[in-house]
Amino acid sequence: MDALLHQVLAGLATGGIYASVALALVMIYQATHLVNFAQGEMAMFSTYIAWSLVNAGMPYWAAFFLTVGFSFVFGVLIERIVIRPVENSPVLAVVVVFIALLVILNSVTGWIYTYTIKTFPSPFPEQPLFGNKYMSSHEIGAICVTLVVLMLLYAFFRFTPLGLAMRAAAQNPESGRLVGIRVGWMLALGWGLAAATGSVAGMMVAPIVFLDPNMMGGVLLYAFAAALVGGIDNPAGAVFGGFLVGVLENVLGAFVIGNELKLAVALVLIIGVLTVKPSGFFGKVHVTRV
Amino acid sequence: MAFLEATALHASYGQTRVLHGISFAMEEGTITTLLGANGAGKTTTLRALCGMVRTEGSVSFGGQRIDGRATEDIVRLGIAHVPDGRGTFVNLTTEENLRLGAYTRKDRGAVEADLERMYGYFPRLRERRGQQAGTLSGGEQQMLAVSRALMLRPRLMLLDEPSFGLAPLIVKELFGILRTVNEKERVSLLVVEQNAAMALDLADHAYLIETGRVVLSGSADDIRKNDAVRRSYLGY
Repeated sequence: MDALLHQVLAGLATGGIYASVALALVMIYQATHLVNFAQGEMAMFSTYIAWSLVNAGMPYWAAFFLTVGFSFVFGVLIERIVIRPVENSPVLAVVVVFIALLVILNSVTGWIYTYTIKTFPSPFPEQPLFGNKYMSSHEIGAICVTLVVLMLLYAFFRFTPLGLAMRAAAQNPESGRLVGIRVGWMLALGWGLAAATGSVAGMMVAPIVFLDPNMMGGVLLYAFAAALVGGIDNPAGAVFGGFLVGVLENVLGAFVIGNELKLAVALVLIIGVLTVKPSGFFGKVHVTRV
Repeated sequence: MAFLEATALHASYGQTRVLHGISFAMEEGTITTLLGANGAGKTTTLRALCGMVRTEGSVSFGGQRIDGRATEDIVRLGIAHVPDGRGTFVNLTTEENLRLGAYTRKDRGAVEADLERMYGYFPRLRERRGQQAGTLSGGEQQMLAVSRALMLRPRLMLLDEPSFGLAPLIVKELFGILRTVNEKERVSLLVVEQNAAMALDLADHAYLIETGRVVLSGSADDIRKNDAVRRSYLGY
């Protein structure tokens, strides 16, 4: 029982990270109706920036916030420079651009930092908090950080005029323009927020999986599964999916199928959802009149 | 120079030219209607005015050229467009839709007052304020579209078939409010309609459009008395 509880709690910690990345995917999906395959590599690149800053002697939290800011600008720039020109291109062209971004970011990072695995610091103490034996401090800290990010994003989209304008622009760009929203900038802001959210996930997962250019490959797959399980057009669903996938992955990996097959859980979920219920648990079924 | 003036406006969708040099003008505070059959180019004319289609020719508003400007900049000059199909943000609530109408305004207090004013015009919208706008009936969505446009505090409102698909009673209510808005707030209205009789009752001036050209213009009364219009568009 203790072991199970331990796995569930550890699953919640990684689940929160999947939830953040899933949310980043959903943010971009809602505006473009495409899954940004480079989301993970963008987060990985941001994490390397944080590593450089920390290694240069900057205090952890200063490096953390600077990285989040950098990632935001980086996301905005990617949208403006790379995505904007292919905005109206066929789906396949945009997907190729996403994959190109993934490969470019991966190899550029490898080129700058080499492929040697590095340790990444955790801002949380090494001793477990309150002497509990179930969760490490980093796991508890990561859950808290994730929850804060999720709540900030929720509040931003739900209660601020800019958040409302971003939702409106993603949903109905033409009507958005008609009320005076600068739709192009809203999309860029969305990319910035997605990149910033991803960077937090990267910095939280790096102490667990260690830092290397391929560290987000698995995370992206789990996040993709999470987004699909929750319904790719539903932010709350994606967050729920993230925690669910995290727990499932951990529990199944520990007791049922073993660690080697853990990633297969994500793939089975993806295929399962796509064949049985493509709209996910909370997604909307879109009906198009032909 | 007139308040709104379009001169030799051409517009096309790809290879298909829809407007062949439309020219018309309207004065501030008036109601003008563009009449015409399906496919005459009425909707395209409205879209051309606010930069939603590529155009040639000139459009001026309040003394400045606006052709070639981005839609979101034209909106900021005070032109609100109630588009064909209503343009509802279907996944947002009724109130969020209304607030978006005032997106470019900075006078927060006045926005709150205007919100109340819209609920006063259309009490049904108040009942539905927290409801997803996509679940509203067609008539309610049209009321919402008009209110959303009014939330801009526009100087000019472009209305694309406001009566489309609505029950006669609701059309009457809606047109009554449009008249009030025009008289009390001096909002100029440019109304595109297939329902020529209703439009001519509302408007001061009318233009008749056929295949992308203005073929007849004059005061609403004169147009109503025109034999050709009476036979083709009013049906008696």
